[in-house]
Amino acid sequence: MSKEMVLQTAPHLPAEDSTPKVMFSVILALIPALLAATYFFGYRALLVVTTCVLSAIVTELVFLYLRGKNLVLTDGSAILTGLLLGLTLPVRIHLSLAALGSIIAIALGKQIFGGLGHNIFNPALVGRAFLQASYPVLMTTWIAPLEHWTDNALAATTTATPLAETVEAGYRELFLGNIGGSLGETSALALLAGGLFLILLGNIDWRIPLSFLTSTAVVGGLLHLYNPGHPDPLTHLLSGGLMLGAFFMATDMVTTPITSIGSWIFGLGCGTLVVIIRLFGGQPGGVMYAILLMNAFTPIIDRYTRPSPFGEEGN
Amino acid sequence: MRRQYWRDFAKGIWEQNPVFKQLLGMCPVLAVTNTALNGLSMGLATAFVLISSSIIVSIIKGFIPRQVRIPSYIVIIATFVTVADLVLAALFPEISRALGAYVPLIVVNCLILSRQESFASDHPTHRAFLDALGMSAGFTFALLVLSSVREILGVGELFGFPVTMGLFRDWGVMILPAGAFLSLGVLIGLANYTTHKLGWES
Repeated sequence: MSKEMVLQTAPHLPAEDSTPKVMFSVILALIPALLAATYFFGYRALLVVTTCVLSAIVTELVFLYLRGKNLVLTDGSAILTGLLLGLTLPVRIHLSLAALGSIIAIALGKQIFGGLGHNIFNPALVGRAFLQASYPVLMTTWIAPLEHWTDNALAATTTATPLAETVEAGYRELFLGNIGGSLGETSALALLAGGLFLILLGNIDWRIPLSFLTSTAVVGGLLHLYNPGHPDPLTHLLSGGLMLGAFFMATDMVTTPITSIGSWIFGLGCGTLVVIIRLFGGQPGGVMYAILLMNAFTPIIDRYTRPSPFGEEGN
Repeated sequence: MRRQYWRDFAKGIWEQNPVFKQLLGMCPVLAVTNTALNGLSMGLATAFVLISSSIIVSIIKGFIPRQVRIPSYIVIIATFVTVADLVLAALFPEISRALGAYVPLIVVNCLILSRQESFASDHPTHRAFLDALGMSAGFTFALLVLSSVREILGVGELFGFPVTMGLFRDWGVMILPAGAFLSLGVLIGLANYTTHKLGWES
């Protein structure tokens, strides 16, 4: 026996899409967001993201070694997890904390469950939730964008995100990303471009972003009509991590439902929870908790939306 | 015979550890292990109740009708829980406040009830005592390990003394409820891993 037998889980369909291909196209689609983050927050943004990616890779290798697996990173999932985590962090975060989040994301978010394909929760969001719970102040200290271009870069003022405080930011600023916030969460334009690219390639399920964004807008709009003090739907859509979450995190193949009805339910649940947590919850990070909660519901959604096999009585 | 007594005592410490192997009494395990002192106090309080109840139950096992054995156990356990609660409140009021409702809740700790039902009710008193002693030691050990891990990582202290020397930033999440689940899960994983690697499975 020279060649190791590789066992893979069902379905065994011959397809052109392979795990590395999907992962690397998602990474490619995140490049605009990364560039926007660098433009708005300076080169430190690249440093934070690189730290996250490197620690994710090292953690993955250590765990693969401990579990007696081949030391290969070709599926690209560790790189993607690090990249996604980095984009949810504020630019001023200490690099050791960025690395810690990445280690937790891979170790407790993915490898503990048995590696890629077996994790229940989105690994990047597990890492971010850990950091959010441990360092609530550091994780929500944003700086004003573009100040790094001026001379007093070190004295950059801290600012609130449009959702956290009643900061009046125009739709244009929100759309382009000229606002305070986490690295990859500010520029809706860059995220939208990457997301549409992935949908056109067919690498992500269009149902989840569509139902996620629509339900956020509808639920947010209804509550805005009920009480005009709440943000209007467009502000909901363009601010916070919604675009990043809807296109890149809620579409993770492992932790979301596989049936199409399930995808609609998943997006609907995420959107509703986002609005509820944003308006009535005590903590920032509504998108993160919404997706993590719906991740937990994924197995039961899949179970109840299972299509009946051809020829059998429908239920 | 001596070997039998040793088995009665030792099985509770690792092989059938109430927390790491049987997953019994999870409520206090998760709730009060935010500092090592709280974990140790809860372990000792539970140990007192478990040992005393096992002795009494094994003595009067012949007089308890089978149909009402569970209520009888509960009454006996509740008696000792009341004793523990009052003693803690009188001698260590701060610990008593920190443990809060979890001292009275020892009465529904399934570890204690399970030892009465599965061991003390059909074994002689000296063996019931050894069994309760071993289980208590295992439970207290597990609580101490879990709460030490959480206190060191969460606030950088052990029994209130700073131990990390500022080498790393405290993980605030570890003293929150989420930290209890995270550290318990990782510890159970490590316990199974070592058992498996060292071939301690019987």
